[in-house]
Amino acid sequence: MSADQASAAATAAPSSWDYAPAPESTDHVRLADSYGLFIDGEFTAPRDGARVATVNPALEEPLADVAVAGPADIDRAVESARAAQGRWARLAPVERSKFLYRIARLIQERTRELAVVETMDGGKPIKESRDIDVPLAAAHFFYYAGWADKLPYAFSGRDTRPHGVAAQIVPWNFPLLMAAWKLAPALACGNVAILKPAPTTPLTALLLAEICQEAELPPGVVSVLPGDGAAGASLVRHPGIDKVAFTGSTAVGRGIQAELAGRQRPLTLELGGKSANIVFEDAALDQAVEGIVNGIFFNQGHVCCAGSRLFVQESVADVVVEKLWRRMSLLNVGDPLDKNTDVGAINSAAQLARIETLVEAGETAGAQRRSIECELPSRGFWFPPTLFTGVSPAHRVAVDEIFGPVLSVLTFRTQEEAIEKANDSLYGLAAGIWTDKGSKAFEVAAALQAGVVWQNTYNRFDPTAAFGGFKESGFGREGGAAGLRPYVSVT
Amino acid sequence: MRLDVDKTYKLYIGGSFVRSESGRRDPVADHAGDHVANVPRASRKDVRDAVRIARKALPGWRQRTAYNRAQILYRLAEAIESRRDGFVAQAVRDRRISTRQARAELALAVDTVVYYAGWCDKLAGVLGGINPVAAPYLSFSVPEPTGVVAVVAPPEPGLLGLLTELVPVLAAGNVAVVGLSERWPLTGLDLAEAIGVSDVPAGVVGLLSGRTAEIAPALAAHRDVDALVDAGQDEALGGELGRLASASVTRVSRPPLGDYREDAYRLGLGRLEAVIEMKTAWHPVGA
Amino acid sequence: MTRRLPRVDRVGVDERAAMLGRRSIKGEAKQQGIRLAVSMIDLTTLEGSDTPGKVRAIAAKAMAPAPGHPDVPACAAVCVYPELVGAARAAVAGSDVRVASVATGFPAGQTPLDTRLDEARQAVALGADEVDMVISRRAYLTGDDARVVDEIEQIKDACGAAHLKVILETAELGSYDHVRHASMLAMDAGADFIKTSTGKASAGATPGVVLVMLEAIRDHVDRTGRVVGMKPAGGVSTSKQALHQLVLVRETLGTAWLTPERFRLGASSLLNDLLLQYAKATTGRYGRPEDFSKE
Repeated sequence: MSADQASAAATAAPSSWDYAPAPESTDHVRLADSYGLFIDGEFTAPRDGARVATVNPALEEPLADVAVAGPADIDRAVESARAAQGRWARLAPVERSKFLYRIARLIQERTRELAVVETMDGGKPIKESRDIDVPLAAAHFFYYAGWADKLPYAFSGRDTRPHGVAAQIVPWNFPLLMAAWKLAPALACGNVAILKPAPTTPLTALLLAEICQEAELPPGVVSVLPGDGAAGASLVRHPGIDKVAFTGSTAVGRGIQAELAGRQRPLTLELGGKSANIVFEDAALDQAVEGIVNGIFFNQGHVCCAGSRLFVQESVADVVVEKLWRRMSLLNVGDPLDKNTDVGAINSAAQLARIETLVEAGETAGAQRRSIECELPSRGFWFPPTLFTGVSPAHRVAVDEIFGPVLSVLTFRTQEEAIEKANDSLYGLAAGIWTDKGSKAFEVAAALQAGVVWQNTYNRFDPTAAFGGFKESGFGREGGAAGLRPYVSVT
Repeated sequence: MRLDVDKTYKLYIGGSFVRSESGRRDPVADHAGDHVANVPRASRKDVRDAVRIARKALPGWRQRTAYNRAQILYRLAEAIESRRDGFVAQAVRDRRISTRQARAELALAVDTVVYYAGWCDKLAGVLGGINPVAAPYLSFSVPEPTGVVAVVAPPEPGLLGLLTELVPVLAAGNVAVVGLSERWPLTGLDLAEAIGVSDVPAGVVGLLSGRTAEIAPALAAHRDVDALVDAGQDEALGGELGRLASASVTRVSRPPLGDYREDAYRLGLGRLEAVIEMKTAWHPVGA
Repeated sequence: MTRRLPRVDRVGVDERAAMLGRRSIKGEAKQQGIRLAVSMIDLTTLEGSDTPGKVRAIAAKAMAPAPGHPDVPACAAVCVYPELVGAARAAVAGSDVRVASVATGFPAGQTPLDTRLDEARQAVALGADEVDMVISRRAYLTGDDARVVDEIEQIKDACGAAHLKVILETAELGSYDHVRHASMLAMDAGADFIKTSTGKASAGATPGVVLVMLEAIRDHVDRTGRVVGMKPAGGVSTSKQALHQLVLVRETLGTAWLTPERFRLGASSLLNDLLLQYAKATTGRYGRPEDFSKE
């Protein structure tokens, strides 16, 4: 073919230009066949726990066998933690600081491996685990490392004491990042920690345990005990625990709070949400649409602070929904290990069932459902990005946390109406405000009952910025100097 | 018999090792007065060049995230730690102190860099904040770097005093031009090698050896220097520097005399506060 | 009358543009993308030292960029100063490569309107198929939108059948709000293409600027039904950058826009990098600059 012929062929637009599969390589990842519990600085077989396979939700294939903790294992872990705590707290603060810096640097060195494992174990797109989860986890350790020897400055010069042994239960949506959010401030303040990762996503926590070994962290300072809800409940109740931190569903959170009622055991809870993302007519609309998409489809909507209720001002509702729908149609749903995937797999069959139930409820209630067309793999757990319009505030899809890639769209006429509707929820974790007018952004921010308010952005996280909820989204903060407070008593 | 390849010591300006434009040099002696090496005798023109280059490097350094600056300073600590044996051997040889003492000093020096690295992304939270003004405005105050900071290094051997006065300046987001100790300049010029490999951008740190009585007044009198940290421990010279600085309202701070081996003397907020400016902003709240 | 600027959030734009730059284009998609990019190039020489000899050399390159790879298409056009249009016309005779001419006091545009109109007419008379004009930044920066639009309309008229690209010189406009506003003015005034830059200013077609202009085009097409093309120029010199541009187009306007009829790349050194990357993609070996003639 001559250059001219090639030209003629090239002048017409191609019928398609797909990116071609771009899988992240996994051959440098060395997962063991089987992982023990991490207690007293070593991986050890469970005494009365069991072994459970952890599964890749995109393929429904097992990745490794993981020991889960039984009561005797929990006893052992608490005992070793208590034994280690005194010495850890008495270390010169700069030494504690340097341990945490080491962990941060080791996480940075192993970024690629951790990102791949996080994606395989949990189903989130590799571009998220690589660009967000792992770097932020390293950043949290790095940030809190610098507080370890500066604590008086965080407490206006008052004296503080660590609580002792912290039980920390983290969920499956950001396994490594939530582990970092919990461990870093606890250790910086002189506590030791027993981390219980979620049953479906134990692997990166176990790799973090390997990192703790490589950092020569004294045995017992960090323990990692994979386990189920029952293990978590025993851990929380255990008499040797001095502090409990839980991130997960509101239902379980209430249960823990009830369990600990009357006991003098400090508790922080980071629970669910049904956050309002409010788009005013004077917003930069194209960027607002990006923010809406990021707010609900990031991590498949498996985000406690997901912007799952879109409130769009009626005067621009049609334009915004049209732009949003077109934008949603561009989302690449599929193999989480493909670098071009935007939306990955649902974490488990159980979660998929919950999403499907709630979506059905939405349709039954009369809201209009649209799901994008996408080719979904035959194996694995998947749900296409979905939009509900014609949603009323009383609909279940407007009230209940779906924890999936499902957005409910409601409208409002005035600023007061938007605020009232946004606040009309038992939850109060986050909110988004889209307007070009600064004074409005600040006024609405002040009026919203949400612990985190994003103005002209969404889902931004930083170790220096405190995060946490109002109302039934929980209490206590993670991030910033405020994130140290739950881990000390102030004298 | 093997001949050593002796190092030619040079000034560190703009990320490069350069001779003094004056071509002059001074000998440096060890504890017993025996000759060790020659160092460049920095001139006023060298000072002028270093300040100009620092000023150009300032926007890039300031605009980096605090986290990025923290990582760079932590890496500087890594680079110094990995050169520990070299610094220790030099200290033992030139100062006739014990290996144990030299190691202890170096450990404190590295830990001091680590300490101040950890301040980069905490300063705004501790020094700044929201001002609850009595009117419908959001008002906040944030600490910003003062800019180009001249540092008169303490007349001490070793890295401990030098790093204690230099690193807080960088941690607060400033760039620095340092007049090294006249008597003990070699470790300072060697520090430049560690700085060079640590991702510290070229121009952010300038290190000048030579005569304090020539370098310090040139820095103090330079109108494009925003602040002067006088750790030179010379009262008479200090007075002169203060008067020269006043002509352009250059902020002058003089750390009180103390022992660099004491944590309470080395660490804290004071050296950071001396090189920041608070900026306050207001915005109405109300649609 | 005070101007009403559209609202664009710069931080949001830059994030999206950067994210699209992280798309991974591999294998056949990369080869196809490179071929597309080559077909979209307006191979440009705009120097005081240009001569007919120079123009003949780039024309030959534009017509057959890679004789050893016959599946690589010709470029879309050559882009020259008005005095070289005649030489360009002769040099591309018999091929589909078009002749684009800058005009209207390029690059600064600070000459009287009649001379600018005359220059455009002459460029067309000498054989230009396309005219790349510059908007009056003097008018824009003093808030005189009416004058900006009026001048474009007159220059479009002067171009007759030749199609008109309107250069906004985005680096001089001040912000993304202004880039979007100027894009809209140019499209309302009848531009066939809007173009980022002259290549002579401090910055050219950064991904954020291009995204803003593509979004402006999207809204214009929705509102009026009229298609307007887009030409980034300046700062696109590597294959990676060119592929990034194609991703921006695909994910903002769609695959139908991946044609030289609607998207051009103003470039000179880009072509050889595309060819080098093409050779690497098809042979598996990293190349050296001498593998392809520089002219």
